[in-house]
Amino acid sequence: MATLSDKDVLHIAKLAKLKLSDEEVKKFGSQLSGVLEYFEQLSEVDTDNVEPTSQVTGLENVTREDEVELCNIEDALLECAPHKIQNHSIKIPKIM
Amino acid sequence: MNLSEKSLAELSHLFQDGTVSSREIVEAFITNIESCEDEIDALLLTTFDQAREMANAADSRQKSGKLLSPLDGMPIIVKDNYCTQGVETTAASKILKGFVPPYDATAWKKLKDSGMILLGKANCDEFAMGGSNEHSGYKVCKNPHDLTRVAGGSSGGSAASIAANFAPAALGSDTGGSIRQPASYCGLTGLKVSYGRVSRYGVTAMASSLDSMGPMAKTPEDCAMLLQAMAGADHKDSTTPDKEVPDYLAHLGHKISDLTIGLPKEYFIEGLDEEVAEALRATKKVLEDLGCTLVDISLPHTAYAVPAYYVIMPCEASANLSRYDGIRYGAGQKGENLEEIYVNTRTAGFGDEVKRRIMLGTYALSAGYYDAYYKKAQKVRTLIKQDFDQAFEKVDLILTPVAPTPAFEIGRNLEDPLQEYLEDIFTVPASLAGICGLSVPVAKSSSGLPIGAQLLGPAFKEQRILRVGHHLYKAIHE
Repeated sequence: MATLSDKDVLHIAKLAKLKLSDEEVKKFGSQLSGVLEYFEQLSEVDTDNVEPTSQVTGLENVTREDEVELCNIEDALLECAPHKIQNHSIKIPKIM
Repeated sequence: MNLSEKSLAELSHLFQDGTVSSREIVEAFITNIESCEDEIDALLLTTFDQAREMANAADSRQKSGKLLSPLDGMPIIVKDNYCTQGVETTAASKILKGFVPPYDATAWKKLKDSGMILLGKANCDEFAMGGSNEHSGYKVCKNPHDLTRVAGGSSGGSAASIAANFAPAALGSDTGGSIRQPASYCGLTGLKVSYGRVSRYGVTAMASSLDSMGPMAKTPEDCAMLLQAMAGADHKDSTTPDKEVPDYLAHLGHKISDLTIGLPKEYFIEGLDEEVAEALRATKKVLEDLGCTLVDISLPHTAYAVPAYYVIMPCEASANLSRYDGIRYGAGQKGENLEEIYVNTRTAGFGDEVKRRIMLGTYALSAGYYDAYYKKAQKVRTLIKQDFDQAFEKVDLILTPVAPTPAFEIGRNLEDPLQEYLEDIFTVPASLAGICGLSVPVAKSSSGLPIGAQLLGPAFKEQRILRVGHHLYKAIHE
C-alpha cells in the first residue's frame, strides 16, 4: 500500500482499457494515492477470525428449471449495436 | 392548492373518486417542467406525448370502473439508470448515448403495469457514481431550494423533480446512500430497501452486492404505496428472496408507542453540522412525545464503513463496467481493431469519476492486492453487519442523521474525491449490512435548506421504518 507512480497509473489504465493524457496521469495518480492512503486505516481492524461477507441475502444455489424462455427481442437487441449487422450478427473488425 | 403540490396518496384519492382526471394531473406537472426545468436540469429527456396518451387511457379505465391499482393514472419520473422500453436510457453516461432498451427494468415494469405514467428520465451521477449529480455526463442538476447548491446524488434528478413539483413520485437507486442523501438535501422522503427486496433486473449495475432500487416521494405513505407494487421476488434477479410482501399501507396506521429506538453514539460526532444535530435532537423529542423509547447504543465499527465501502464498491463496479466495450450497445467509437474500439470507446465515453472508480477497483483486485484490499474490506463488512445484528437485539430501529451537513455548494468537492466520499459516512454502513433505511424530512436550516433524519430497520422490515416515518412526518408537517 503506497503512493502510485506514473508507471503504476498507466499500468492500471491499460488493464482497464483506458487511455490517459499526461495531465490525467498526474491528476488521477495523486487522487487515487490519497484514497489508497485513506484505506490503510482498515489495517487497524482485527479481522483474524472473521469470515468475509460477499453477499447478505443468505441465499445459496438459486436454481430454476432448465427450460428455454422466449423473449422475442433478438432483432431489437441487435439494433442496439453501433456497428453493421450481417447474418444476424454484429460485424466487427477482423481479429485473426 | 395546486394539483402538483399534492402528495401521491392525495392525487390517487382525487383520481379514484372522479374529482380530477389523470390528464389534468399530468398536465399540471408538465406545466411545471416546461416553466422550470431550464434552471434545474433535473431531467435528461421527457415523454410528454406518450404520457398524455397514457393519461387518456387511464381516464377511460376510471370511467369504466376498470382501474388497475391505486397507482393507476399517476405520473412518475424514473432515474436514467433504469431500462425503459423504447425510451433512451443512458445512466447519464455518454457511453450509452443513443441506447434505447427493448425491455423494461422489473421495478419500473411493475409500476407501469400498475398504470403509472412516465413523464421523463431523471438526471443522475454517471452510472450512479457520486453524491452530488455533478458527475452526470450531461449537466449538473441544481437543488430547487437553492440553485447554487447540489441536489445530492446520485439520484439528484429524481429528488429535484419531486422538490420542484415535476412529479409526485420518482424512482431512484441506492448503493451507498444515493436515495437517502438527495432526499434529505431536497426535503422529501426516500426509501433504501433491504438488499433483495426489490429486483435489480434491468438497472445498470454498479456494485452488485450493494445496489438497491427504491422509491422517492413527498411522504412515507407515498413511498409505502410505491413499494407495495415494486417489492417481491423476481426470477430474473436471483438475489431476491421469495419472502412475503407485507401490506405496507395497513402497517402505517399501527401505533408506534411500543417501539424502542436506538441512537448510535458514533453518528453524533465532531464535524456534524450544528443545525443537523439540533434537527436530530428535535426529532428525538417528537418520537418520545409519540411514545417511543429512545436509548443510546453503539455501532463500534462505524468509522471503518467508508473505507470498506470504497474498496468493495469500486471493485464490483470495475468488473461490472468491463461490459462497456462499444460493441453491442451505446456509443461505440471507431477503431482499426478490437483493442482500439475498446480503448477509444471507454476513453471517450466515461467521465472522470467513473474512470477513478474503475481504476481504483482494477488496482485493488489486481494480483498481490486482492487480500490486502478486497478480502480485508469484506471481513470488515462482516463486523459492520454484526454491529447492526447485535443492536437490533436491543432496539427495534435506529435514528441517525442522513448527511453531516445540508446540501453543499456546487463545485465544492469536485477536485477532491476523498472529501466527497467522506460525506457518505452515515449512509454506507446500512448499505454494507444490507438493511433498510428511510430518509424523512424533519427540519430546515436557518438559510432554508432541508434536513432529513434517517430511520434504519432490520432487513425486510420496511413496514417498521415506514410506519415510524409516517407518524414522524405527520407529527412534524401536519
